Amino acid sequence: MSTNLLEARNIGKRFGGVQALKDVSLTIRSGEIYGLIGPNGAGKTTLFNVFTGLYPRDSGDVRFAGVPLTLESPHAVAAAGIARTFQNIRLFANMTALENVMIGRHVRTRAGVFSAILRTRAERIEEAGIRRRAEELLRYVGISDHADDLARQLSYGDQRRLEIARALATDPKLLALDEPAAGMNATETAALRSLIEGLRDDGLTVLLIEHDVKLVMGLCDRVAVLDYGEKIAEDVPEAVRANPKVIEAYLGVGTR
Amino acid sequence: MKTNRERFGLALIAIALIALPFVLAAAGTAWVRITNFAVLFVLLSLGLNIVVGFAGLLDLGYVAFFAVGAYVYALLASPHFGLHLPFWVILPIGATVACLAGVILGAPTLRLRGDYLAIVTLGFGEIVRIFMNNLSSPVNLTNGPKGINRIDPFQIGPLDFSASDTLGTLVFSGPIKYYYFLLLVLLAVIVINRRLQDSRIGRAWVAIREDEIAAKASGINTRNIKLLAFAMGASFGGIAGGMFAAIQGFVSPESFILNESIMVLAMVVLGGMGNIWGVIAGAVLLSFVPELLRYTVEPAQMALFGKLLVDPEVLRMLVFGLALVLTMRFRPAGLWPETRHRREMDADRA
Repeated sequence: MSTNLLEARNIGKRFGGVQALKDVSLTIRSGEIYGLIGPNGAGKTTLFNVFTGLYPRDSGDVRFAGVPLTLESPHAVAAAGIARTFQNIRLFANMTALENVMIGRHVRTRAGVFSAILRTRAERIEEAGIRRRAEELLRYVGISDHADDLARQLSYGDQRRLEIARALATDPKLLALDEPAAGMNATETAALRSLIEGLRDDGLTVLLIEHDVKLVMGLCDRVAVLDYGEKIAEDVPEAVRANPKVIEAYLGVGTR
Repeated sequence: MKTNRERFGLALIAIALIALPFVLAAAGTAWVRITNFAVLFVLLSLGLNIVVGFAGLLDLGYVAFFAVGAYVYALLASPHFGLHLPFWVILPIGATVACLAGVILGAPTLRLRGDYLAIVTLGFGEIVRIFMNNLSSPVNLTNGPKGINRIDPFQIGPLDFSASDTLGTLVFSGPIKYYYFLLLVLLAVIVINRRLQDSRIGRAWVAIREDEIAAKASGINTRNIKLLAFAMGASFGGIAGGMFAAIQGFVSPESFILNESIMVLAMVVLGGMGNIWGVIAGAVLLSFVPELLRYTVEPAQMALFGKLLVDPEVLRMLVFGLALVLTMRFRPAGLWPETRHRREMDADRA
């Protein structure tokens, strides 16, 4: 039986007069691909930002890998093992692809100012390790040909892949992808799908926000649906697809 | 790996730098002094480059750390308090105090960027100067606007940096000795800068400059890394300040006005933010060109018109301003930009 990796209980978040999230509870199990869908403005990205420490939550609590996630700062969340990508790609545009991934290793390495100035043996070994791992990850996502190109010069699809590689560099237990297929053509989406399936096969847990319903239904083990900041369904794709509330709020009759 | 050609080039530069003060001394000791101040400005620019060039934090009050270093040296090695500690004790103390000042400036400004940060740092620079100006009562700490006099020169064993020594036919005047010392410090600072740039910390600085939110999400503790940038930059400023006090033999608040901060920032920007060699070139250029003008404009006018039409000081600022405008128009990333920035420009053109 798989264990629960992330448990969120009664998450609430308000922006001024807007209740963006209302009592949202959900559970992500180890090793699954968990989809999060819903109409625009339903609170998907807000929930994402709460999980990754970018927004403080107003109420509720989150347990990750058995321990409460109380440290709200994003870097502490990354250290705990949640890595994310952004809906509107956020790369370090003027750094090379390789350097972008090397940044991801920051949280798992320790060299400080003095060991860098003295170029200690430990620092050189660590630095070589960072580079090796970054090169591996570029190969894994399939863009090692572009290692020395600036991130801003990569194609859209490659930028998405680079962002995933950077997230993977933090050695996450949970990889959270915010609309990774947005703006992709059918070929790129298919390639992305096999990449994500590969990640699951390698034992990673994936949280996926996506508007491409076909992709979500085909890829995810379980799917949750948000509407107006509330969770209206959480189940295996077939059950969610048949859920009348979901059809009314999001899917519409045509997609049955 | 360095090629033989590069080695040969480096050797030539080294020989030129070692021979330089004697060539300059032939033209007058003033030129050796000017060179020493140019090297001090190179040190300051390299320090500011960490904050502005690497981490992308606009600092308009950088001269404050220079002032802190200078006053620490002045207080610990002058008749003012009757303390006469050796310079190799004071310089690290000055660096540490400046480093603390950097953290004090950095801590409340962590959430600020761009213009807002610039305003706060500008205020900080002024506050430090005004403190120096007014901390003469009730306890006379800084001697106020009169400044601190008769500061000890460097002394290594029997080697006194304020006196001349002769070795064979070579005369090592005080400024020449300081020149060699400054050169050694500069070499160390360049090595430190390059190593930092290629390190985990250096990458984190650039990541913050590029996208702070993405840097946070990628696991960088942006608070600590920014403070580190302020602290490192400030330490270099503090060391430069200590040497300034010793070379000058006198410090007063008016050496640390806003103009100095702006001058150092102009050196960084003109040379090419983020690129160590560009920053050095910018600092050397902006230190020497005004002096060259000072020494050529007056005789030239006298020879041409028989009288002084334009004050050299006015012309100096005019040429200086024009050079900056032209640079921003034709080489917006600086004379010698960081590779990343240059490639960015190329990508825009393509």
